[in-house]
Amino acid sequence: MTKQVRQLDGVIVRFAGDSGDGMQLTGDRFTAETAAFGNDLSTLPDFPAEIRAPAGTLAGVSGFQLHFSDHEIMTPGDAPDVLVAMNPAALKANLRELPKGADIIVNTDEFTKRSLAKVGYAANPLEDGSLDEFRVHPIPLTSMTVVALAGLDLGKKEAERSKNMFALGLMSWLYTRPTEGTVVFLERRFAKIPEVARANVAAFKAGYHFGETTESFSVSYEVKPAPMPPGLYRNISGNLALSYGLVAASRLSGLPLFLGSYPITPATDILHELSKHKRFGVRTFQAEDEIAGVGAALGAAFGGALAVTTTSGPGLALKAETIGLAVSLELPLIVVNVQRGGPSTGLPTKTEQADLLQAMFGRNGEAPVPIVAPRSPSDCFDAAIEAARIATKYRTPVLLLSDGYLANGSEPWLLPEVAALPDLRVEFATEPNHVAANGTAEFWPYLRDEQTLARPWAVPGTPGLEHRIGGLEKASGSGNISYDPANHEAMVRLRAAKIDGIAADIPPLQVDDPSGRARVLVLGWGSTYGPIGAAVRQVRRVGGVVAQAHLRHLHPFPANTGEVLRRYDRVVVPEMNLGQLSMLLRATYLVDTIGYNRVRGLPFKSDELAAVIESVLAGSDPQ
Amino acid sequence: MTQPSGAVSTGANALTLVPKTDEKQTAKHFKTDQEVRWCPGCGDYAVLAGVQSFLPELGLRRENIVFISGIGCSSRFPYYMNTFGMHSIHGRAPAIATGLATSRPDLSVWVVTGDGDALSIGGNHLIHALRRNVNITILLFNNRIYGLTKGQYSPTSELGKITKSSPMGSLDRPFNPVSLALGAEATFVARTIDSDRGHLTSVLRAAAVHRGASLVEIYQNCNIFNDGAYDGLKNPDTRDDHLIRLEHGRPIRFGRDGQRGVRMTTQGQLEFVDVAEVGEQALLIHDAEHAHPGLSFMLSRLEVDGPTPLGIFRSVDRPVYDDLMRDQIETAQARSGAAELQDLLTSGDTWRIG
Repeated sequence: MTKQVRQLDGVIVRFAGDSGDGMQLTGDRFTAETAAFGNDLSTLPDFPAEIRAPAGTLAGVSGFQLHFSDHEIMTPGDAPDVLVAMNPAALKANLRELPKGADIIVNTDEFTKRSLAKVGYAANPLEDGSLDEFRVHPIPLTSMTVVALAGLDLGKKEAERSKNMFALGLMSWLYTRPTEGTVVFLERRFAKIPEVARANVAAFKAGYHFGETTESFSVSYEVKPAPMPPGLYRNISGNLALSYGLVAASRLSGLPLFLGSYPITPATDILHELSKHKRFGVRTFQAEDEIAGVGAALGAAFGGALAVTTTSGPGLALKAETIGLAVSLELPLIVVNVQRGGPSTGLPTKTEQADLLQAMFGRNGEAPVPIVAPRSPSDCFDAAIEAARIATKYRTPVLLLSDGYLANGSEPWLLPEVAALPDLRVEFATEPNHVAANGTAEFWPYLRDEQTLARPWAVPGTPGLEHRIGGLEKASGSGNISYDPANHEAMVRLRAAKIDGIAADIPPLQVDDPSGRARVLVLGWGSTYGPIGAAVRQVRRVGGVVAQAHLRHLHPFPANTGEVLRRYDRVVVPEMNLGQLSMLLRATYLVDTIGYNRVRGLPFKSDELAAVIESVLAGSDPQ
Repeated sequence: MTQPSGAVSTGANALTLVPKTDEKQTAKHFKTDQEVRWCPGCGDYAVLAGVQSFLPELGLRRENIVFISGIGCSSRFPYYMNTFGMHSIHGRAPAIATGLATSRPDLSVWVVTGDGDALSIGGNHLIHALRRNVNITILLFNNRIYGLTKGQYSPTSELGKITKSSPMGSLDRPFNPVSLALGAEATFVARTIDSDRGHLTSVLRAAAVHRGASLVEIYQNCNIFNDGAYDGLKNPDTRDDHLIRLEHGRPIRFGRDGQRGVRMTTQGQLEFVDVAEVGEQALLIHDAEHAHPGLSFMLSRLEVDGPTPLGIFRSVDRPVYDDLMRDQIETAQARSGAAELQDLLTSGDTWRIG
């Protein structure tokens, strides 16, 4: 039977099920198939903090959203066009976000009295008419999987476990995805347990063939490949890109990479990833706590390593004193903070941008630290290299502010040519740099480079350069302990001037304003780049005139930032916090901003931001 | 007290990978131009002089030696050593030293810390550095008081100690640093005292060459806030009855002319005996190289109701953290050959457009 194939320009799919149902794997595979097909895409996993919340509960629902299209897209999409709900909890948890007319594929086997009661359904929503606004496709996914695997030597429970692959097969048919990659993947992944590999492949194929033959679906869909710049692509998440960026920075600088880290969601995957790359000479040290993680990294930096510590908000708080020491020692150190919802333990698996001021000011004394923030998953690669460049060139700790959305979200990445990456080579001090009063040559650890104000990096093992440094205030030049008031004032100002001076060494803030006559600027930082960009385009499509700019460097700001801000009548700053960038901009430039602030643990929706921009264009302030 | 501890075989040398010097070194080479600013009469002076005069023995290049300290009186130590040094933050020196030692096998890395620095704020880092067996040497100056903050009780102060912050007596039981280190299964644990240069030097020598983490507790007198804390161990009239000099492979004796000794009962407990009564063959033989730290731990508890042992409690060979990490890297490199960045970037599922 040949079915009709309908063309779509883009689709948003969400897989949702119990956290034990394998939804993340299902989403990953659908993403891989979609990437291989050549669509542009963007993904957003959404999972609970509990490893195994009680089965079938709302707390245990794990989701994975994928937006793919035949044109360039910037976000994982606002609301799903298609929901795959593996149980009543997954349906209930996601129903609110579904627009009218959305497709819902439900696993009817799980809609038992008990499961329905568990999430507070008095009646079966598949039967009571409450889903009439949607196109519901009730399919007994579990039992069909068991039937499909009847020929294999598997228990019922084991067979049922492959139901996610049945669902994936069905979705692969529905959206005309290539299937070879998934078959190869499953065979490789379960190579050591061939019966499991066979079961998953069989379930996957059964789901695909079911789509072809069932009358539940009269059409299938096709989303043509997106026109993208030529080159070699892969799909990449932010944490993976960031890890690769650090390995690359190690190669580009010629410095061995040392990571001191303590596991914390959502940063842990960077520790996992880097621990795999020992052949690149990467040393990963899983410390006893956050403080030891950054301490060990600082020790390695003293020894000449490219030193990194990775954490999330609560961990950054614990590292504050050591980062202050790094400011005082003026040693290169990369501090990665994958932000999550706070305060305190907050929302470990949800995203937020509320650590900007902690990054900026979260230390005692005047302790300025450069801040770099990636704007998309693949940009984490370049941002990590940029953080390493600033840290090593200016001998300073650098804060790299990623977040939970970037960390786990993914997008296609046009792979860079290694030869085109920046040269990060550094020179260690090798010679004395000062002549003492008695005429002997000596080494002064705090004699600065006139241009960068960086002090020499003199690593142990260098003859004649023995020196002592510490957290006590040091005399400018000699580095000897000094309690002299004028010297302290001079050193505080020197450390600040060194960081401020980086503004001359970073690109100016670029404004995107195709009309050239915008009076409203939307300014963001970090992971809001995608939703802001999508919203701005949406507004422009209906005739709105608006400019967009995005800050990659939060400290110091690009040199032209004040001038850009003053160019517009109104500046809108959407942030996933209560106005932290706005506060910095107002304080620094005395320019007012219109904050749009939400802290829901989820990225902005582009429709929502488009409405905000429209209202500002219309002259009112958003709430 | 003149006899150093008995010779302990040290197995793999901590300094094998550290470059040696042809320079004829003396203590003077290790002194800096910085004015030493401890209180006159502080025990720290004796330890500094001891370290400076002993280091030339090792014959290491000065630039390959690093002293890292935390916060406290003793933590000023690096400023006075003409080597590389870092005066870091309170309690964190073992963590910082771990990162340095792990990434630079060509360095001899020393940690200088005190009872507050190592056992209060930095207790966590200390036990983990010891259990990991990182190749560092930790000198723990124990004066049983907070000196730099002017006289509060410390985690090694005796129970009931009257100080500025405990006018009616301290309420918390002290740590015994040697017991703690043995509990963490440190591979080298010793105790010495600031007033006995010979003993101090012999213990430092063994600690310096021990491959892995070495903990040396140094009883050190704070003559301002806790003067006389160790007088019982120093007074020529009493010291023989108050301390035991541990010597590897030798019967454990103490008292004037070694009249008293330590014996293990049939119940597995240690007891004090008159040697004349039981005979020397009945005494416990000190075995610092025993694979299990249990007996050393029992020795560390003798001071609760008896004399205080000084010397090397434990010295065993065990794989060293930084060596193991280096082995893993070499294994990974040997297994997969040269690592190319471009290959890493293209290692996942890729597709080509155009």
